[in-house]
Amino acid sequence: MRLAVSLYRLENLCKSYDTRTVLDLNALDVHEGEILALVGPSGAGKSTLLRLLNFLEAPTSGTLAYRGQTIASPVPLDVRRQVTTVFQRPLLLRGSVAENVAYGLRLRGAHVNANVAQMLERVGLQDMAAAPARKLSGGEMQRVALARALVIEPRVLLLDEPTANLDPYNVTLIEEIVREQNRARGVTIVVVTHNIFQAKRLAHRVGLLLNGQLVEIADTRTFFEAPQDPRTAAFVRGELVY
Amino acid sequence: MKFFSSSFILYSMDDIFTGIAQAVQLIASGDAALYEIIWLTLQVTGTALLFATVLGVPFGAALGLYRVRTRGLITALLYTGMGLPPVVVGLFVYLVLSRSGPFGSLGWLFTPSAMIAAQIIIAFPLTAGLTMTAVQSVDPALRVQARSLGATRRQEIWTVLTEARIGVIAAIVAAFGGIISEVGAVMLVGGNIEGKTRVLTTAIVLNTRTGDFELAIALGLILLTLAFFINGAMLLLQRNALD
Repeated sequence: MRLAVSLYRLENLCKSYDTRTVLDLNALDVHEGEILALVGPSGAGKSTLLRLLNFLEAPTSGTLAYRGQTIASPVPLDVRRQVTTVFQRPLLLRGSVAENVAYGLRLRGAHVNANVAQMLERVGLQDMAAAPARKLSGGEMQRVALARALVIEPRVLLLDEPTANLDPYNVTLIEEIVREQNRARGVTIVVVTHNIFQAKRLAHRVGLLLNGQLVEIADTRTFFEAPQDPRTAAFVRGELVY
Repeated sequence: MKFFSSSFILYSMDDIFTGIAQAVQLIASGDAALYEIIWLTLQVTGTALLFATVLGVPFGAALGLYRVRTRGLITALLYTGMGLPPVVVGLFVYLVLSRSGPFGSLGWLFTPSAMIAAQIIIAFPLTAGLTMTAVQSVDPALRVQARSLGATRRQEIWTVLTEARIGVIAAIVAAFGGIISEVGAVMLVGGNIEGKTRVLTTAIVLNTRTGDFELAIALGLILLTLAFFINGAMLLLQRNALD
């Protein structure tokens, strides 16, 4: 059992848009080096939570601490640049596959190094480096998005439904790379998924979000085999929960 | 070269073909007056386009990027401006630059400067308005993605602009087409003075009026050819921006 060191610590954290509260968490820790899956029905606040973890938005109230530091806006650039997200839609830029993968490096003024070629090879797109990125298939585009996120060597990788609507080949490949990054480089990964099987396959811990609240968070085995909350049990059985 | 002619007659298709043949001859002969007209046309339209681009593209981009409270009103004004009759712009610039007008002391009336000023007014709504539309059509989620990959605010804006570049080039092309073909404004504020403010469109008007159709056709062909090549060049630029 790994020693759990908090990378993120969220306390009494609330996020509202106008008068609508979409996230209301008493406490949530994300451990350094873990793969945490967040499951729950749509509208549960999962994507909002990822945006907060990526410092793209600030909480309405409560505290969000990262590596022991309470984060307040403006978030320092070097902190922001330790975290990145792969969204459900690949959101590629105009230009070639290689240019897309190199984007984050160019933002950092870094030389477009051998990592790009290496990363392209890892996602199986080395022969497509010069191809226009937006003409690829859905699965290939998502692999470009993943390579683009990994080439900057993030400390934290956030995945927002990364394999929704993809075929099994692409799902397997992407999950393999994610697992490998976590194992070999110690990248902390938070994955939002509505696919509980994916959560089961990938994650060390799983959390269920419902109506903006964290119902239960536990190690994957406990979550699926001995959930504490009846709503978790129902969700795991594939029943509708509200 | 004869810019005034007494023959008011043009009957058949033959005359049109003769006109085309003469046009080719005229261009090939390197007629000084003709090249002066072409040069002035390019100077006036080119300068106006440059100003309209330098002012209009950043203005349109800012409107597209930021939530401005008066954006609705500005958009309505820009769209109206896109359909502005050049002759009305000409009248306005004429009044402003006339001796008793607020900028009369500049002494610009009936000079290329007045023509450039009028064409900037015609072109600006096109460069600004269409740039705004192009920037707005970039997926807002792409901005979030750029930020998530570590873009600073400035890098994020630059990313949006480069994503919109095809639309921005289209805006410049539209503005160019609008002003190189425009006759009402340059006629009014320039006065179509030979060797001074005569451009291709005003020369065509004059030669058609005086019945010198061969010359009018020749000038028309030159105008079309110019427009074709300049648009072609911009299209190439756009194609490079594709994918």
